[in-house]
This record gives sequence, structure tokens and C-alpha cells, in this order.
Amino acid sequence: MTDSLIIAGKELNSRLFIGTGKFSRKDLIGDVLEQSQSEVVTVALRRVDLDSKDDNILDYIPKRCQIMPNTSGARTADEAVRIARLAKACGCGNWIKIEVINDNKYLLPDNLETLKAVETLVKEGFTVLPYMSPDLSMAKRMVSAGAAAIMPLGAPIGTNRGIKTKELVRIMIDEITIPIIVDAGLGRPSEAAVCMEIGASAVLVNTAIATAENPAKMAKSFALAVRAGRLAYLSGITPKNKRNLIAEPSSPLTGFLFNEGKDS
Amino acid sequence: MKIKVNGTYETVNDAVTLLEIITKKGLSPDRVIIEYNKIIVSKEELPKISPKENDSIEIVAFVGGG
Repeated sequence: MTDSLIIAGKELNSRLFIGTGKFSRKDLIGDVLEQSQSEVVTVALRRVDLDSKDDNILDYIPKRCQIMPNTSGARTADEAVRIARLAKACGCGNWIKIEVINDNKYLLPDNLETLKAVETLVKEGFTVLPYMSPDLSMAKRMVSAGAAAIMPLGAPIGTNRGIKTKELVRIMIDEITIPIIVDAGLGRPSEAAVCMEIGASAVLVNTAIATAENPAKMAKSFALAVRAGRLAYLSGITPKNKRNLIAEPSSPLTGFLFNEGKDS
Repeated sequence: MKIKVNGTYETVNDAVTLLEIITKKGLSPDRVIIEYNKIIVSKEELPKISPKENDSIEIVAFVGGG
């Protein structure tokens, strides 16, 4: 059975997107992508440090991967648009993760500025994936504006706290017709599995993998959890209202060895 | 003359081109993106543009990010 995720016409076999920040060494990124078999990889755009001759991050990302630059550092829609245009000039395609943040403590996105950036960039031919606080009506506006997928946060960036926004994300999955990709805050593979079980189309993980003792192993673990969660979702998980408060035996209640005579 | 490169003023020769500024810093035009007075400059245009006093150049590239 094929169960690929299609975004902007691109067929993806992996539903685990990987962020490349915070790795202690860049060569770990290659191992992570090998182990996870991820196909969508985020990068950021920054001024070149003219004092240090750092090697290029793109050298560590296999050609099979779709690069998805983010607009991190943008505080307004205009700044995000400027970063997006520069990123596109790199020649790595037209995907862009819109990230507009002006809250330095919790790094929560500004949904209104994000929407404005989506509107502009879709018109310019970008494949736009907005990172947003989970809000159904804003998500609907993002869809109307032409977003290719919606990326609600699970918890604040880099916190490893898990899918704290579960109910809001679940409602978005229920109501939004384009892919919902949970981005940020996932700390453990089990949390990624939960996102997939409730029907997320994919998850994006960075910190939990980059800061693990063994990032490559952790990446594989996340990849397996994402597959398990997805399979569970496709299998039709028993709805909560069909669950019981008291036990119900799984084994037959007839034919016990210890009963006298025939069961009645 | 003085121009701003990545937010810091530096002194360059008058007729120097954008391409020369980049290569002098040990950077390859294939690896960076140049914004000149907030306009993105293609690789082909780099040898054709000579900045003027107080012009601003941004040299950017991809780094790790989530």
C-alpha cells in the first residue's frame, strides 16, 4: 500500500521532516538524514560570518531532500518576504516555511503577520508552509491564501514538552483539508506518534534529535514512531466513546478448566 | 570610500565590483546570496555592479535551522 504525502505535487515517502539547527557537528546531519530517510529538511538564512570560514550546510544534505528554508529572524510579514526572496535566490527550490516571531520569551508566532506573508509569497509562486499557533479560523485563512500545508506548534520551539496543543491540533486536522504538520516542541518519539495517531500528515523535529546523545539513533527512533503512529491512524483507532471504564475480558469467558461439568 | 557590508562599514576602492568584494573575502558567488541596497543581485550581475559611497551589501547563506 502506498501512503505517500503529496505537497505541491511532490510525493514524500517520509512523514518526518527534519530541522538542522543545534547540531554539535554538521556531519551529524548526514547521518540523521540517512537513518531517518527524511525527505524535507529545514535550513535558516543568515548573514555570512566574515570572520569564520564555515562550510556550507547544503553539503551535508543529500540531493534527494527537499530544502525548506525558514524565515526565522523575521518579526514582520515584510521581513519574512525579504528572507523568502533571498532564500529562493539560492536556487534550492521555492518551498518556504514562514516563521514570523516577535515574542522572545516563548517564540510564539504572530499569526496575522504570518498570514500577510503567505498571501504575498503565494502570489509570487512560492510553496508556502506557515508555522502558526493552532487557531482554526486563522488556519482557514491560510488555506484560502494558498498555503500548501499548515504547521501548528506542539509546544514552544526547543522546549521538548510534547504535543501540548493536542486538542486544538486535532480540531484543525478535522476541519482543514490540506496537510497539517506538527512543528516544534516534540521531545520524544512517542509524542510524534501521538501526533500521527490523531491524523497529522507529518511532524517536523529538530531539537529533540539534534540534542540527543546519539542524534542518528534518535532520528531513526522518530522515523519509526512516525510510521507506527501513521499506521495506527490508518488502521482506525477504537474511538474513545467505545472504551470502557471497567474491564472487559479479551479472552473467552467460557470453557474454563476449573468449572464442573459443561458450561451453561 | 565607505560601504556597509553585513551591517558594518568598511573601506573599499572606488571602482571595485560586487564580485571582487565577495571573492576578496574568500567567498564563492555560488555559495552566497547578495543583496545590494535591498535588491537581490544574480551571479551574472555581480561583476557589472560597482557600489557607491554608503551603499549597503548583505552577504547571506544557509545555516542550520529548524
